[in-house]
Formats: sequence, C-alpha cells, structure tokens
Amino acid sequence: MSVSKLFWEDFYQGRVFEHGPRRLPREEMIAFAAEFDPQPMHLDEAAARATMMGGLCASGWYLCCIVMRMIVDAFAHDAASMGSPGVDEVKWLIPVRPDDQVRLRATVIETRASGSRPDMGFVRFAFELFNAEGVRAMTLSSSMMMARRNARYPAGGESETKVAR
Amino acid sequence: MKFFEEIVVGERMELGAHTFTASSIKAFARDFDPQPFHLDEAEAARSIYGALIASGWHTAAVWMRLMVDHQRREDDGLRERGEPVAALGPSPGFRELKWLKPVYAGDTISYSTEVVDTRPSTSRPRWGLMTIRNSGVNQKGEPVISFVSVVFVERRTGAA
Repeated sequence: MSVSKLFWEDFYQGRVFEHGPRRLPREEMIAFAAEFDPQPMHLDEAAARATMMGGLCASGWYLCCIVMRMIVDAFAHDAASMGSPGVDEVKWLIPVRPDDQVRLRATVIETRASGSRPDMGFVRFAFELFNAEGVRAMTLSSSMMMARRNARYPAGGESETKVAR
Repeated sequence: MKFFEEIVVGERMELGAHTFTASSIKAFARDFDPQPFHLDEAEAARSIYGALIASGWHTAAVWMRLMVDHQRREDDGLRERGEPVAALGPSPGFRELKWLKPVYAGDTISYSTEVVDTRPSTSRPRWGLMTIRNSGVNQKGEPVISFVSVVFVERRTGAA
C-alpha cells in the first residue's frame, strides 16, 4: 500500500481531474442490471425498444458506480479518502448505450475543514460524465471526506500517515 | 405498477431486507469502489470505520433491486385480479442521498419507500412523475441510507 499523496489541502476550489475514456461493455452493463436493476430497458434489446428509452440503456445506478470507479482511478486511489457522507444530487440526462465510451470530469466546488474532526476536511465536487460525442450524460454533486496532512488517523488503511513529497 | 392516478401521497412500501456479506461487499468494491475500507478487513480495521464496510453505492443499488422485485410482485397481483398494469418509466435522477451510518459485513438492511409527491409530466402527456423517499435501516433500527428519487409512471389517461 503506497502512502497517500493527495490530502485535503491538495483539493482547492477550481481544481479539475479528468479521467477516461472508459468503455462500458455491453456484458458488464447487462450483468449489473441483472443483479441490481432488472428492468427490460436495461436487460433486453427488443423489450427496451418498446420503452421510453427507445433501446437498451445503462441503469442509472450502474452509471453512478462507474463514476465512483472513475473517481477512484482518477485520484481517490492516490488520495487520503475517508469516504463520503452522501450525494447532493444526481441527474441522468440522456441514455447511455452499450459499448459507449465515457469520460469523467471532476471539479472541486468548495472545501471546508471539519468542525468536529481536526484530522479531516470535506471536498465538494461537481462530477460530469460525457459520452463519446462529448455530450453530458450525467451530473453528480457530492462531498468526499479527506484526511488532512496533519491527520493522526490513517485514511485508506495506511498504518501511518506521512507527508508525501 | 399502479397507474399514476392511483398513487397516493403518503403511501408506504416495505421492500424487504438484504444481508451484506463480506464476500459480496468485496466483490462489489473490486468492480466499482476499490477503496481499502471496502476491500480488505485488515486495512478497514485501521481506517476510521474500524471494520469492513459496504460501498455506499452497493447499499443504494440493493434498494433498486428490492424496488424492482416489489414492483414485480405488485404487477403479478394486478394481473391475477385481471387489472391493467402501468409501465414504470426511467428516472431523471435523485437528490439528498445520505449515507447515515456505515453498513458492516453481516448487517441486514431493511428498505422502505414512501410517496412524497406526484405531478403530471409537462413534456410527456402519457406520463406522470412520482417523487419517493427511500430509506434503509439496519438490524438495530438505525437508519443507514436515505434519498429522494423521481420516477416516471404511466398515466391511465394515456394508456393505449
């Protein structure tokens, strides 16, 4: 396990992280739906054509999970992430289709220190997911908790927290 | 699904319960949320959570599954009584999702949904929009997840 490189202090207003493109394979999209969202519009091409979505499309929850995975791959794997208290809002704007390529943009909206825990702070992000044509398919606004550089508690399972670099 | 016109604000649905096993928590996290406190007991023990916890997205996705299963049972009941079944459309999104307490390996979460608002769609006359508050509580009765979502429901007047 590597020592975290990004702490709360490294997330300043306006900082942007980008990730992708990531292909959303048909099999993975359908497997997720079969387990968590088995509705015809997410499972079966012919049945999906008869729905409002006009064809097979990703479950919105699958897209949330993909955003989460892209957050981890973009920066959270290397950050002193301590989880998240929740999500302010998610909007699913257009259908995302099997094998679409998506890109993630994460913009830091604001940061604040925790009032009760001097070892952490909150970072509020605007996440945007774009399809291959560059059209915004989904937005997600959410806060993450990050350890501060002076944290005594390790985040991300580190047995000790060091100031890296 | 009942038709939009028959949905009553305040109506509550018990969706059932789900137990989060350590292996399912880790499998989900490997695919979608590979952070140490979702992946590995030893690393989780050293984190602020003190033990392995489910990804919040896992907790949310299980709500969706139980909601779909609930609607299916309701649709079966309607068909048995010879009543028409309304289509459930997609969702434009959700808000105010709160992960109130960690979900630990072995926790059993009971989910419920309450209708908080209904309004006809202005852009799609065949459809109405139902706003629901969804929540999950653990075996100790502590709320662990809560959010407000919106979903399209077919209107009777628009039915073919």
